[in-house]
Amino acid sequence: MTTDEVGPDATFREYLKQGRFMIQKCGSCKAFVFYPRLLCTSCGALDLKWQDADGGGVVYSTTVVRRKAEQGGDYNVAVIELAEGPRLMSKVVDTPPAEVTIGMPVRADIEQTANGSLLVFRKGA
Amino acid sequence: MAASLRGSTAIVGVGTAGVGQAPGYTHLELLAQASAKALAEAGLALKDVDGLFTSTLVNFFPTLTIGEYLGIRPKIAGGTNLGGASFVDHVMAATLALNAGLCNAALICYGSNAKSGSGKHTTMADQPPYEAPYEPRMPITAYALAAARHMHQYGTTRRHLAEVAVAARKWAQLTPEASERGPLTIDEVLAARMISDPLTLRDCCLVSDGAGAVVMVRAERARDLRQKPVYFLGGAAAQWHRQISAMPDLTVSAAAESGPRAFAMAKLKPDDVDVVQLYDAFTINVLLFLEDLGFCKKGESGDFVTNGGIAPGGRLPVNTNGGGLSYCHPGMYGIFLLTEATRQLRGEADAARQVTGAEVALCHGNGGTLSSQVTAIFGTEAAM
Repeated sequence: MTTDEVGPDATFREYLKQGRFMIQKCGSCKAFVFYPRLLCTSCGALDLKWQDADGGGVVYSTTVVRRKAEQGGDYNVAVIELAEGPRLMSKVVDTPPAEVTIGMPVRADIEQTANGSLLVFRKGA
Repeated sequence: MAASLRGSTAIVGVGTAGVGQAPGYTHLELLAQASAKALAEAGLALKDVDGLFTSTLVNFFPTLTIGEYLGIRPKIAGGTNLGGASFVDHVMAATLALNAGLCNAALICYGSNAKSGSGKHTTMADQPPYEAPYEPRMPITAYALAAARHMHQYGTTRRHLAEVAVAARKWAQLTPEASERGPLTIDEVLAARMISDPLTLRDCCLVSDGAGAVVMVRAERARDLRQKPVYFLGGAAAQWHRQISAMPDLTVSAAAESGPRAFAMAKLKPDDVDVVQLYDAFTINVLLFLEDLGFCKKGESGDFVTNGGIAPGGRLPVNTNGGGLSYCHPGMYGIFLLTEATRQLRGEADAARQVTGAEVALCHGNGGTLSSQVTAIFGTEAAM
């Protein structure tokens, strides 16, 4: 698949399916953009180009969503600030939800789930 | 240019109905009750209404459904949906329409049976695709993320958040119409069931039935009607994001933009405000808005609310009916910011909660996940 055949949303998801976390960078003002879009939210240019994301980030904020044990138990929801600057919602896996802290360095990983490929993060730089 | 709107319109009638629980009534029946009360107060009839501004969480065509139900044929209708802030935004739309001569009497109204009815909101069908897979419990998780960041950055504590819930309850205890009036202590808020850390059940607004309505006309006509006019002095809306992960800074809401613009139009400053109505869907909202609207410095709202700072007898009367935390929260609360501000400025609030000599009131609406922020400032003739 080439990235020209479908829009940025489908392109991002196709990359993720292939095990790649890609991010858009504006060819005009050099700003990074996430979530994937058609135009740069910093300068409006229609010149976004894909590149491999660094994968590193830090936890910008975090919460434990409380859920009964029989329904799967408590889980983490976090906002991650990517090394490139943009933030996104994700979850930190392999760490007890209450031990995820703001400022914690994390690294991106891709989980293949029943609902498709999912970007998640693990503790560590 | 915008300054010409100052004092150009006024609220001349308000009504509420089914506040708390109203089993057996549809949201339209509750809305119609509140609208009839607001019009009766103003001395106007339904046939006089030629501007309709409304939004609901259950109607795809809210202005059409509600116009038909009320039997009115408005010359202009606005159904902008900004979530709970919608009705404060409708004040601005109504003011523009009245000033332009597009209508002569505007009805702003809302009704919901969120508690007794199905409780399902159509908005839940539209979840942001880059957030939904992580199963945030919306909207609570979004506000929890903002609270966690504020705590991290400014040393705000869960006790500070609890102060907001307890202050709301104390005001509700002075408000016969409020739905939660039992005793509530800071320790009880802290010990309540955690929903999404750091927010417990008691940091969250109620799920209620309820309806509210407001009638607005041009200022010169307002002086000839039955009620003491409550003049629109200034207003502004701002929006910086829709989904919480796109909020530029989780500790600064767009109220930091809407507030100064509204104050500039009103030619007033925070110190001039006698009574404040802030959209308290969650306790963190009140802390953020006190800072962003300029009632205290960024990061200092925890100290501001400590020891009953916004409770009855405190330094600033905030949410004098008990707010969304204790008065009622039927899916969207914004209309009740307006009904309570009006009652306070008329000097008609129940004696125990009436703010003495209130001449200027600020209403601040919030919607989505800290997404839409709309500020409106009102005053009595003395504030003109």
